[in-house]
Amino acid sequence: MNWYKYAAPANFYPLAGKMIPWFTAVTIILFAVGLYFGFFVAPTDAQQGESYRIIFIHVPAAWMGMFLYVLLAIYAGIGWAFNARLASMMATAISPTGAIFTFISLATGSLWGRPAWGVWWVWDARMTSTLILLFLYIGFISLQSSIDDPRRADRAGAVLALVGVINVPIIYFSVQWWNTLHQGATFTARSFKMAPSMLWAMLILLAACWIYSIAVVLARVRCIIREREREAPWLAAEAISYERSADRVEAGT
Amino acid sequence: MGGYGLYVWGSYGVTLVLLAGEVIMLWKRKRELSKRETVPGYERRDPKLEVL
Repeated sequence: MNWYKYAAPANFYPLAGKMIPWFTAVTIILFAVGLYFGFFVAPTDAQQGESYRIIFIHVPAAWMGMFLYVLLAIYAGIGWAFNARLASMMATAISPTGAIFTFISLATGSLWGRPAWGVWWVWDARMTSTLILLFLYIGFISLQSSIDDPRRADRAGAVLALVGVINVPIIYFSVQWWNTLHQGATFTARSFKMAPSMLWAMLILLAACWIYSIAVVLARVRCIIREREREAPWLAAEAISYERSADRVEAGT
Repeated sequence: MGGYGLYVWGSYGVTLVLLAGEVIMLWKRKRELSKRETVPGYERRDPKLEVL
């Protein structure tokens, strides 16, 4: 099986279209199971009461913000180094989803910080570096939007993405390197400091966020392919095929 | 929620609004593209849709 053929937008487009419904279904199931675990199975925390339940969305969102930025930088780098159009399109597709998850982590962190610490925001290392991550996402999106030629936009975005990726390990290690208000790692490869039911809820919701991201990024990259490749003959054939199937649906056949 | 309802439901509410908003914006973008490809002379109305 020649997997490299999927590096071409014309081959990747139908594959992505077939995968999206499956990822969507798994997303819905994982969110349902994860939220059930988080609200009905995980016990009340001894110190923070019910407010700790924000952890089940705050931590997955924060991890997704970081993972997606690293993935964005990898795709942008591959697109730049190998002049691979689809890789650059994937970087562009990832950026809004990563920005949304980073914003969710900041917003939920603020809503958790108010009852836990008594403040909506402090300029501690982790929160400040996460805010910088959000600015990097917004900067990437703005930079690409401001350049008309898509290939020049891809190259400019790749530079920003690769320079900014240093921020991700800074976010991760900030709680070790500096004296911060934000708590340390909840779990590492060697141990975890929470009840198993809480951990399971968090991991299931992390999986839900991952699969959701895959579904949304695939849907967005299909839109980007359609926009950039609009003159390509294969896309014109897809459009004709779509129009004919839409006519059949309308006619009830 | 033991007095923390505003914070807990607020967090999940923000998440739901943003994720649902992303899905809706993507659906609109796809619909715009389909109109442009199948309706002769149709011009894209909202360039902001190309970001999300």
